[in-house]
Amino acid sequence: MNEIVVLSGKGGTGKTMLSASFATLEKNMVVADCDVDAANLYLILQPKNEIEEVYVSGHRAQIDYSKCTHCGICADHCRFEAISTINGKVIISETSCDGCKLCSRVCPVGAIDMLPNDKSRWYAGAYRNGQMVHARLAPGEENSGKLVNVVRNYAKKLADETNAKTIIIDGPPGTGCPVVSSLTGVKKVILVTEPSKSGFHDLKRIFELAESFNLKSSVVINKYDLNLDMSRKIEEWCKLFSIPVLGRLPFDKQIVEGMLHCKSIIEWQPSSVISQEIKNIWQTVNADQS
Amino acid sequence: MIIAVASGKGGTGKTFVSTNLFWAAQKQGIPSTLVDCDAEEPNDAEFIPGYVLNTQNVVQKIPVIDDQKCTFCGRCFDYCNYNAIVYLPDKRFIKVVEELCHDCGACTVACTSGAISLKEKAIGTIRKMYVGIPSVLVEARTEIGVYSPVPVIKKAIKYASDDVLIILDAPPGISCPFIATVDKADYVVLVTEPTPFGLNDLKLSVDTLDEIGKPYGVVVNRAGLGNSDVYLWLKEKKISLLMEIPFDKEIAMVYSEGKLIAELNSKYSDKFMQLLQSVKKELKR
Repeated sequence: MNEIVVLSGKGGTGKTMLSASFATLEKNMVVADCDVDAANLYLILQPKNEIEEVYVSGHRAQIDYSKCTHCGICADHCRFEAISTINGKVIISETSCDGCKLCSRVCPVGAIDMLPNDKSRWYAGAYRNGQMVHARLAPGEENSGKLVNVVRNYAKKLADETNAKTIIIDGPPGTGCPVVSSLTGVKKVILVTEPSKSGFHDLKRIFELAESFNLKSSVVINKYDLNLDMSRKIEEWCKLFSIPVLGRLPFDKQIVEGMLHCKSIIEWQPSSVISQEIKNIWQTVNADQS
Repeated sequence: MIIAVASGKGGTGKTFVSTNLFWAAQKQGIPSTLVDCDAEEPNDAEFIPGYVLNTQNVVQKIPVIDDQKCTFCGRCFDYCNYNAIVYLPDKRFIKVVEELCHDCGACTVACTSGAISLKEKAIGTIRKMYVGIPSVLVEARTEIGVYSPVPVIKKAIKYASDDVLIILDAPPGISCPFIATVDKADYVVLVTEPTPFGLNDLKLSVDTLDEIGKPYGVVVNRAGLGNSDVYLWLKEKKISLLMEIPFDKEIAMVYSEGKLIAELNSKYSDKFMQLLQSVKKELKR
């Protein structure tokens, strides 16, 4: 199985655009949208979800005020500043609670219950070129890395069942826990960047992360013509670190136009410069079987 | 006044709005602090170079289990809600998986044989930078691959001075790092773009802010791209449209070079001051 992850560090550089393009180039694909915090790929691929599952992201503490004596022992133990005593009343802040359960364990009268955070969901179903898995982490919930694992595992299962050769992973922004979960064990890492100071800065950080997992990265420069000088600097940096630059995509308003019609640029304007370049990138990625 | 600048989707222009708003305000002589809360990929300092006043390390306390003192009772393993302790009683093996530890202190409370001590692990830094009279930039930056940026973000916000105006440049998404940032704000400016992705993620952000009861308004960036769905939706939901920034290659060029449009073009510094006035008005409502 060939797992390819698309990452960028910085948001908005074109991860989902590129993933959607790859996902519509061939038949019998499996796609895993691992940006569980703000999933967007389904807007283009429009999968018919046959599976909808609950994901419990953790627990949160709740005080049973019929038992609570407001002794404050729980507040003394909480490391997340989630419990405070206001006018003699003990209150838990839901937004600060980390779900460690220590307060519930130390409460002498058993007044604190742990409730499951069960509002997150994950989905799987067919789209026009294969199978897709995506998720929706409920607002303010954590353990997005674990949810990424759930999405990836189900994508692998689907790939086995359908004999798919490739899984495309649309990764989340950043360099934290969900990104780590998105790239562990993959075959290839594609880093999408844009020619801006911030895009370049973030590219260096995400590259460093991939390196720390001994993963080989390659780079796609998106919107390269918005600042040719900066694009050149990025290429020079890639050369220095022997990172292959797979392609350069021009800025094109048609990408958004296609998006408005739920189509990738490959489907919307198959013969455009950008579509040709993406096809070349895809060939290069697949030709390299190392 | 604390304003958080946020968006569900990455790359809509949070940093663009935060840095330009900050620049316009400090130019007017308003004592301001900008806090870069996007600790996994902090960028504000690329736009606002400053003189580093000091750097603080943020550490997490990680338990260390002394297997000479450990009785292998398993209580710490039971108490840990994050599966961060590997416990094999038959083999008399016990170990902490540092990456999974949330520094909650439960294992220390659980241990009755005094086998657990704590060591410090660096998870990030906070840099305080002087950027001109009378303004300061505070940058939260995690070590690459750190489990959660939340402790670094919280500390950075605390570290902000009690300036008249504090701007928090929020991390993308709607999970813990986002909540940890907007939780401290009086008002949230949501930045979006008029595309299906932008609107979809705006809706997620709005749901989240409604749930925790934060006031907010919207800035539409790259206006002219995409379609009018976002405007119709804002109207329907009676959400304030605070500002529109046109889709303009000049802006993209200036941004890509790490410069501020508000500094180069007075039309934009005025626009960002108007944004500040609009937020003030909103808060009075």
